[in-house]
Amino acid sequence: MKWELIKDILLTTVPLMVIFPTMFALTTWVERKALARIQNRIGPNKVGLFGLGQPAADGIKMLFKENIVPTGADRLFHLLAPILALIPAMLVLCFLPLNFPWLTGEQDSVKAFMLDSAVIFFFAITGLNTLAVFMAGWASRNKYSLLGGMRAIAQMVSYEIPLLLSAVIVVMVVGSLNAADIAKAQEGWNWFIFKPCGLAAFVIFFIAALAETNRSPFDLPEAESEIIAGYFTEYSGFKFALFFLGEYIAMFAISGLAVTLFLGAGAGPGVEALPWLKVIWFLSKVCMLIGIMIWLRGTLPRLRVDQLMSFAWKFLLPLSILNIFVAGFAWHANKANEGTAVSVIVWVAALVILYVAAKGLDRINRARVKTRTYQFGE
Amino acid sequence: MSILGGGILKGMAVTLKNFVGSYFDKERLTTKEYAWKAEDMLPERAGDYPKEEGEQLRDTTTVTHYSRNFPMLLHDKGEPMDNVRCVACQICERECPPQCIYIEKSKDKKERGGNKAQFYPATFDIDVSVCMSCQICVEVCPFDAIVMNSQFELSTPDRFGGLLLRRDDLLKSNDYYHKIHPEEAAARDKRITDEKAAKEAKKKAAEAAKKKAAEAKAKAEAEATAKPGESADTPATEPHTKPTPKPKKEDGIE
Repeated sequence: MKWELIKDILLTTVPLMVIFPTMFALTTWVERKALARIQNRIGPNKVGLFGLGQPAADGIKMLFKENIVPTGADRLFHLLAPILALIPAMLVLCFLPLNFPWLTGEQDSVKAFMLDSAVIFFFAITGLNTLAVFMAGWASRNKYSLLGGMRAIAQMVSYEIPLLLSAVIVVMVVGSLNAADIAKAQEGWNWFIFKPCGLAAFVIFFIAALAETNRSPFDLPEAESEIIAGYFTEYSGFKFALFFLGEYIAMFAISGLAVTLFLGAGAGPGVEALPWLKVIWFLSKVCMLIGIMIWLRGTLPRLRVDQLMSFAWKFLLPLSILNIFVAGFAWHANKANEGTAVSVIVWVAALVILYVAAKGLDRINRARVKTRTYQFGE
Repeated sequence: MSILGGGILKGMAVTLKNFVGSYFDKERLTTKEYAWKAEDMLPERAGDYPKEEGEQLRDTTTVTHYSRNFPMLLHDKGEPMDNVRCVACQICERECPPQCIYIEKSKDKKERGGNKAQFYPATFDIDVSVCMSCQICVEVCPFDAIVMNSQFELSTPDRFGGLLLRRDDLLKSNDYYHKIHPEEAAARDKRITDEKAAKEAKKKAAEAAKKKAAEAKAKAEAEATAKPGESADTPATEPHTKPTPKPKKEDGIE
């Protein structure tokens, strides 16, 4: 019995530990290649075929680098911060409904991960990431690191709210916090992104997720050109690699949550016949979201701190609150008239209300900003 | 009324166009592979790289002509040191923010390019390991003697002496300058000739004025001598007439 349990645990966790770090390695290569191509450069092409050996070369380089801790830094917390950045990111991967074909759902370990409050647990654990970033900033005894840490706290706390509020819609409609139930509710083509409120919620969720994982254009905590990589400044070698890994795993985790909540989890063509396709669909949807993140990184410049805060509090927050109400009313109106013309009208009305509200908020926010006049520019 | 988020979509379309285009359009992908060189193939000093165009290891004319790397000293047609424009005034040395220029003035003066005899730099060193390529020396030079080179291949195994460019390494002909920065060189040459022409015109005008003044003076003197009855006044009028041509004569010099 005990050996069975250990086998179950290994069967559930090892694939996660293999798949996601591998995806991380490939993503760093894809990201560098894609960004290079966007800027009409070639990108890494020296190590191995098409430069595919670049992640391995980077990893080896990182391993052999000297571990530098600044004088006066808090050595313990300087060491703990990258570990703390990685652990929650890895931990939340367990709650993604990744139906591996070798798991029947009968295993105790699988049951342990099928938390009834998976979504809440997810947010609770990812919230720890903020602590890790600030710990790194504080323990480094460096102005830039501390500034990066402060920025990270302000940003992550602000964007956590729209992130949560947009996820609430799915929870409301499904009536469960369990990731497996949410996935089940979206089987077939019943994805939430195809519903107006779900679409709005997905857009808000994705924007907030970008900010939550410090991705461009919200990469203020690690703004290279402003505060020299922020909380990363004093990290080198393997600690830096851990931070890097943690950041990308967090990206996968939050993309995985977005896929679970809005993009139908493992749903896709052919899953009824071949159940193992669910994993493939899930992971390819995650990769698609990562691809969009990279694309956005190549497109958008970094926001200013005040723009970042006002965007979260003056635009995303009111919009996501309104979205909850609209979604509630629309769902109730549609419950009685499923599949009739009324439901179409309700959905269109919901879409129009949300769009007009977003447009209005945008207008109000813009009206407060004075148009700059330049003395020498233009 | 623009679509909300339309700007982002437009930007994403641009980046997508570049992303896809870089795979199909050779014009977009301007990166060229750099041939790696073994360390023992590197010259001892950065200044030992072939100097003139034509003997360049890699033709600097293939680099975009907006490229600027480190300063060089210009000389006009002919033997470099007989036609160097630099007069060792040391303005660039004083202005250089990282203090990477070292100049020693010559003891003697030398005539160059039909100009008045001037000092020339006995030593003119630029430490390219210190130089930050700010181009301030180019801005302040009143003689158009120092301009930016686009030579980028300066690696040496010796990081101290090897990266110190000597006067003879820095000397480049104006023709070379025209080859690497055609637009800038043409504009600079035009300005120099214009200034020269303006100066000539001014000189001519000054000379003409001088002549006129001299004529006027001669006339006045002639008039004075023509009236013998007023000879007692002539010493009094002289101080008035004398200073007038003097400042004009000063203008004429230079």
